Amino acid sequence: MKILVAVKRVVDYNVKVRAKADGTGVETANVKMSMNPFDEIAVEEAVRLQEAGKAKEIVAVSLGVAACQDTIRTALAMGADRGVLVETDAELQPLAVAKLLKAVVEKENPDLVILGKQAIDDDFNQTGQMLAALLGWPQGTFASKVEVGAGAVNVTREIDGGLETVALKLPAVVTTDLRLNEPRFVKLPNIMKAKKKPLDVLKPADLGVDAAPRLVTLKVQEPPKRQAGIKVESVAALVDKLHKEAHVI
Amino acid sequence: MSILVIAEHDNAALKAATLNAVTAATQIGGDITVLVAGHDCGAVAQAAAQVGDVKKVLVADAPHYANQLAENVAALVVGLAGGYSHILAPATATGKNTLPRVAALLDVAQLSDVVKVESPDTFVRPIYAGNVLATVQSSDKVKVMTVRGTAFPAAAATGGSASVETVAPAADAGVSSFVGQQLTKSDRPELTAAKIIVSGGRGMGNGENFKLLEDVADKLGAAVGASRAAVDAGFVPNDYQVGQTGKVVAPSLYVAVGISGAIQHLAGMKDSKVIVAINKDEEAPIFQVADYGLVADLFAAVPEMSKELDKLKAAG
Ligand SMILES: Cc1cc2nc3c(=O)[nH]c(=O)nc-3n(C[C@H](O)[C@H](O)[C@H](O)COP(=O)(O)OP(=O)(O)OC[C@H]3O[C@@H](n4cnc5c(N)ncnc54)[C@H](O)[C@@H]3O)c2cc1C
Ligand SMILES: Nc1ncnc2c1ncn2[C@@H]1O[C@H](COP(=O)(O)O)[C@@H](O)[C@H]1O
Repeated sequence: MKILVAVKRVVDYNVKVRAKADGTGVETANVKMSMNPFDEIAVEEAVRLQEAGKAKEIVAVSLGVAACQDTIRTALAMGADRGVLVETDAELQPLAVAKLLKAVVEKENPDLVILGKQAIDDDFNQTGQMLAALLGWPQGTFASKVEVGAGAVNVTREIDGGLETVALKLPAVVTTDLRLNEPRFVKLPNIMKAKKKPLDVLKPADLGVDAAPRLVTLKVQEPPKRQAGIKVESVAALVDKLHKEAHVI
Repeated sequence: MSILVIAEHDNAALKAATLNAVTAATQIGGDITVLVAGHDCGAVAQAAAQVGDVKKVLVADAPHYANQLAENVAALVVGLAGGYSHILAPATATGKNTLPRVAALLDVAQLSDVVKVESPDTFVRPIYAGNVLATVQSSDKVKVMTVRGTAFPAAAATGGSASVETVAPAADAGVSSFVGQQLTKSDRPELTAAKIIVSGGRGMGNGENFKLLEDVADKLGAAVGASRAAVDAGFVPNDYQVGQTGKVVAPSLYVAVGISGAIQHLAGMKDSKVIVAINKDEEAPIFQVADYGLVADLFAAVPEMSKELDKLKAAG
């Protein structure tokens, strides 16, 4: 089985993002960038499937600026075999990413595509579902367990009321949730080895895809700040305030 | 304009999240149709017809809609999409699973987690864990969007008298099937519908200790929630998680116990009316958003709170 994993370069989850003063976007100058945490989980799952003898080859794909090569190298250091960068400086929205990924899928013919459930910058939670739709493939979103069988995959999904398991015919798309696995730390020798693994660079035009954005961001602002309240001295005082002052109990 | 709202339900009952999405549709303006796709879901269709402002209810009843498989429901919605200016679904696990599929098949963008309607083509949505709000305009012919429940009041569940129309099911895509589910059993209110939520974090230490919170929750008629750390550690099931990548809640009272207040957690609860934090670390960031903070060991404070609530009740 061949697995394609989509890895996005995003502002690191520890960074407290701020809106630019002119409201045109967020401050990204000198901000730490990392692989989207859900995509680390995606790479980890692919590598585990390979270690379990279920997958032969893992291709890591990223779309965006040239620096996304770093993100791909991280995936290669975790155990992916090859990288593909679809390079563009233009803004990419989920529909465009899904169309570009579809074109890559048609070149690579994977049996399984694993993505994160959500990019923690745009918080869209769409791309995997859109890719599955465009390919006409089934989807197992918000996965907390992936079991590959013959020609099929069972995916246990995190849903609002608990867990649900669906059976999907391969080829299929899976998006990861937090409980699927705990990604490994990359070791220095693997970072060195990753530098030698192949990484192809394509342009959106090479794939014949119109990647123009459909949504226009008119402005970006910070929400009103919540004011810190008071400290209470005791549990009795707390309950009293909730009852007599806040009227919530 | 005419708006299609996809109902959230479990074949037996219409879920409250649908009512918030109907309000968002009302704010956009236009005729509102609700689609109930399910199996043996007649009672849901009847309930949807009672919702204020709803003009028409479409019911697609077939076995392959019983479990809301995205492949099947999306194909149905796409077949019905002609003529609608907007397609809305609640931003629930089901809505998030299905709606991007619909959008892609219609070759349009999707807006996720809309929190404000500025105009029929301009909407506000949080990005970066709610650290910033983006005002976004769509030029697509159909606007497809999921709607955050906490941002819109519920439409009246009764008082409406919509017509109910049966629509033919689309074919079963045949690529996916439902195997089973493990739903968390609880007599407490659902997290997203609860007026009071008591949440525990890593500070709870283990799952057994969550009984302390459950005891307080039961005295308050509250739901129990958790941080990601508490879920990851296996203290409580995944559906308890509140936050950027879990559930978004805005109860009138949110009590955070042994939770530090990471941005990702705050993203899911900072719009609560009153926030209480109980934490032994006075520097914990959760205190920066708390209306009432108590610096204390939770293992002393929570049982004491239970006793204080008894006293309050006894005092009537
Ligand atoms: C991609 C991604 C998505 C995420 N999504 C979410 C999300 O949706 N929701 C979410 O919650 N998190 C999410 N997180 C995780 C988040 O970053 C934090 O790691 C998490 O919220 C921490 O949980 P916590 O506050 O319970 O644990 P900690 O940060 O470890 O805090 C525990 C707190 O308990 C206090 N404490 C300990 N013992 C006691 C005691 N005896 N009495 C009183 N206080 C005590 C400590 O002082 C401390 O403040 C996400 C992270 C990533 C990377
Ligand atoms: N530019 C990108 N490059 C690579 N993968 C992406 C990109 N954008 C989105 N993805 C994938 O799609 C997932 C969901 O993203 P989103 O729909 O934007 O929340 C991410 O976790 C990635 O796996």
